[in-house]
Amino acid sequence: MSRVRADEEEYWHSSKFRAFTFDDEDDELSQLKESKRAVNSLRDIVDDDDDDLERVSWSGEPVGSISWSIKETASGSTSSLDGRDSSLQKGSSSYAALPKQASSYSLSSLFKGRNKLSSFQSLSDALTDTGVKNYAPELRRPKAEYKDYSSDWSPKDTVRRMQRGKVCSLERFRSLQDKLVLLDEAVAGHDGNVITAVLIFLKRTLRREILFRELEVRQVALCHLIHFLRETGEQKFLLDLLRFLDRTEEVALSQYREHLNIQDVEKRREFLKGCIGLPFSAEDTSHIQDHYTLLERQIIIEANDRHLEMAGQSELFRKYPRKASILNMPLVTTLFYSCFYHYTEAEGMFSSPTNLKKTFKIPDKQYVLTALAARAKLRAWGDVDALLTTKNWLGYTKKKAPIGFHRVVEILQRNNAPVQVLQEYVRLVEDVETRLNLATKYKCHDVVIETYRDLKDRVQLTAYKSKVERGSAEEEKIQNILSNMQIRWKN
Amino acid sequence: LRFCFLVRPRVRTMRFIADIVNADKMSGRSRKYKIIFSPQKFYACEMVLEEEGVFGDVTCDEWSFYLLPLDEDIISMELPEFFRDYFLEGDHRWINPVARALQLLNSLYGPFGRTYGIGRSAKMSYELWRDLEEESERQQLGGYTDYVTALCSQVVYEGLVDDTFRIKCGSVDFGPEVTSSDKSIKVLLNSQDKVFSQIRNEHFSSVFGFLSQKSRNLQAQYDVSATLAWGAVALSPTARLPCPSQPGHHPLLSLHIGACESIMKKKTKQDFQETIKAEHSLLEGFDIRESTSFIEEHIDRQVSPIESLRLMCLLSITENGLHADPAAPSQSYGPEHLLTFHNLKRMGLLTEQSAGETLTAVESKVSKLVTDRAAGKITDAFSSLARKSNFRAISKKLGLIPRLDGEYDLKMPRDMAYVFGGAYVPLSCKIIEQVLERRGWQGLEEVVRLLNGNDAAPRADSTVEDNPACEAQRVVLAVFLGGCTFSEIAALRFLGKERGCKFIFLTTAITNSARMMEATIEAKA
Repeated sequence: MSRVRADEEEYWHSSKFRAFTFDDEDDELSQLKESKRAVNSLRDIVDDDDDDLERVSWSGEPVGSISWSIKETASGSTSSLDGRDSSLQKGSSSYAALPKQASSYSLSSLFKGRNKLSSFQSLSDALTDTGVKNYAPELRRPKAEYKDYSSDWSPKDTVRRMQRGKVCSLERFRSLQDKLVLLDEAVAGHDGNVITAVLIFLKRTLRREILFRELEVRQVALCHLIHFLRETGEQKFLLDLLRFLDRTEEVALSQYREHLNIQDVEKRREFLKGCIGLPFSAEDTSHIQDHYTLLERQIIIEANDRHLEMAGQSELFRKYPRKASILNMPLVTTLFYSCFYHYTEAEGMFSSPTNLKKTFKIPDKQYVLTALAARAKLRAWGDVDALLTTKNWLGYTKKKAPIGFHRVVEILQRNNAPVQVLQEYVRLVEDVETRLNLATKYKCHDVVIETYRDLKDRVQLTAYKSKVERGSAEEEKIQNILSNMQIRWKN
Repeated sequence: LRFCFLVRPRVRTMRFIADIVNADKMSGRSRKYKIIFSPQKFYACEMVLEEEGVFGDVTCDEWSFYLLPLDEDIISMELPEFFRDYFLEGDHRWINPVARALQLLNSLYGPFGRTYGIGRSAKMSYELWRDLEEESERQQLGGYTDYVTALCSQVVYEGLVDDTFRIKCGSVDFGPEVTSSDKSIKVLLNSQDKVFSQIRNEHFSSVFGFLSQKSRNLQAQYDVSATLAWGAVALSPTARLPCPSQPGHHPLLSLHIGACESIMKKKTKQDFQETIKAEHSLLEGFDIRESTSFIEEHIDRQVSPIESLRLMCLLSITENGLHADPAAPSQSYGPEHLLTFHNLKRMGLLTEQSAGETLTAVESKVSKLVTDRAAGKITDAFSSLARKSNFRAISKKLGLIPRLDGEYDLKMPRDMAYVFGGAYVPLSCKIIEQVLERRGWQGLEEVVRLLNGNDAAPRADSTVEDNPACEAQRVVLAVFLGGCTFSEIAALRFLGKERGCKFIFLTTAITNSARMMEATIEAKA
């Protein structure tokens, strides 16, 4: 607006035409003639440099209006975006302040002393008036409602245009009903990009409770909004939406998800603590609780162990330096770590495996598997043995594995267990075929021999003789068995 | 100095660019910035640029790159995000690019015959395309997501290469273990590679024999010993291909043999034999308990989170839900997988059987569901309730598990099941076969209902002309929305040969079980 005023100032001061005022007492007719001339010639000058006048581009759309937007390459574009406020256009002319079509009496025309179109009437009328001037502010329709050939598309057509990548103004969909029709058309058109664009507009122009209420019954649109909010990181809005929809579990999960973004361990721990009270489902709650407890423990263990490592007193840490911190590791990894570095610790210590087992209710199977892997890595065969031995009530020991001995053998073999150790457990593999396979593979001769003997398979046993070392104890063993008359061979 | 960003239309990317521009502004640097969106610009991106105050500082262009030919019969849109955005988030943003791709193909190759589609995404793409085109039907076969097929381990050569080495945009990186040198090499895998084109669709067991034969013909020495039960033959470590300096050296051959060796080594280590056995059991519906305990053990051993997830999903879909709390494995793999499990539940990949359901009760439950579904309308797939899978019923109806009389000949396969060792015909491929045979959906209504789909069949009063010339050298464009595996491609190529028609594949992206699982994992934001 100020620019217009400045122009006016300039105009009045520099113009060679006399200013028109209400109090002029010159000859009215000659004044009229002069004014007529003035107005005529003014228009030429004015047309050249007055950017208050409406400019229209080649495509017929008004330059600088919302509907016109640069799609292709242009230098330093000041393109206007769909959905921008039409009233204030930064950087462009304030054409909006002036009506596009002058009505017969526009206030500013009167004052500026120039008219567009055929409005001599106003001047003449004004001139013929004497004395007191009555000014009636005109009642005219707001500019926005003028039928603008470029922005007269129905909701359906708007959607179609947007699907084809054309730029459309959504501003004129002001009534709630229009907005909803637009949204429904967008959804029916299947183009997610358009649906999201409409939602962006609705989000900006509707109070959220109203928006939420309408989306509650529009699943597809709802999905798009949720996805959009997640993408743009509008966490608060998203949570409000989910709460409104009574999707309490999702509220909890969405909040919980944020922990992934927290790098600092202490802060993360605090955050997780806060998550515990959230409305998760029952199973999820215990998982979250575990997650928090685990991290809490890990922080303590990490601090201690780092200290131990630095002090250099512990042989174990010296021999097997830690490759990574235990923070944020899964439970099983933590268990492995604990079985590796803290195996013999009392249950009272946070870092002991038994403590972990108890606190997190780790099933036997998982526990044995993990402990086995850890002790095998350290080549602590005694510990392995102890893990797999149970004592029954009579005090007799028995070897038992909750995971199948073939797996045990596999784990031991991977850690390069000596044959004597492997053999122990290969012997215990229940399935005969598997037992034979493994025994042969890992050269556990005794087991092979014993198995063939048990199977009473003379052919295989004889064949196996060629696989053992000449003159070895195994060869002798085979020989002894083969010559055993008591055995009823099947072949 | 000008910066040009060639990007996909992602909000995250916009923020990244905005940060750069704003940083420059802060330090008083004046530059020109251009953003080229491919394939399209999204309104949300503009919004972010505006929000960040950089809208006026950048110019935006669109590069409408929709179709990337990966081979003479494969066209990819390279939109792997389609899978997660559509099937997990319920976002239809990529429907338009798909429609445009169809439009493009249509304009390049002219009108086809009929169009069939199944699944909502297919229906939507089709409708949008018709809207854009303002015309009527074309030939296409649409995208019901055959999760089961995507979750299975692949055993055709190309599939194995993808599973093992990851093929990206039609090329693969072979490391030192394959090239038998200390260098890695990037290889383009398409029909131009004469060796590859002959082995790509073959079952792995045939590949080795073939390659060995070929190299024998080149006067190489091999010591071939059959040791592996899953049908491949092993190379003894002493035998080697001739080195580059020796006579009989064939670079492509060496490479593929190296790849085979590498694959075998890896797979042996991973208990591939047992894994496949478990998968086949699940598909067939036998020995479920054994398979289940195998999977449980797999999880306990922490072999690989992706593998475990995949197997759990396969179990869940084929068995209509898991017995135990699916989130229990998060003990093994880290708490963030709690979120992953929720994602999988939303997509129907993981469901829980309600308490009290036994294995035997599953069948009756399925049949009850079928009646319910038939009566009800098609509900929104993205509501938080997990869908029941009707895999067993569908499998029976379509005969996906071939009857075995004698040994299944993998070298001269008699049907598409060879791509999974004779155990299972890929569901998506079977549907395509049936629809083509019947020229429509007659007789398949039950299957369609079970698939929870809605078929986009041509109208009864079809405006389609049965162009005889068209029929003669029939070209079928198979469109896969959400992704397509090499196994499915191999199967359809086989079908094409059998039926005397040529398949062209259009997919939003090439996929496999690992990629599918990775898309559902909730990682750092």
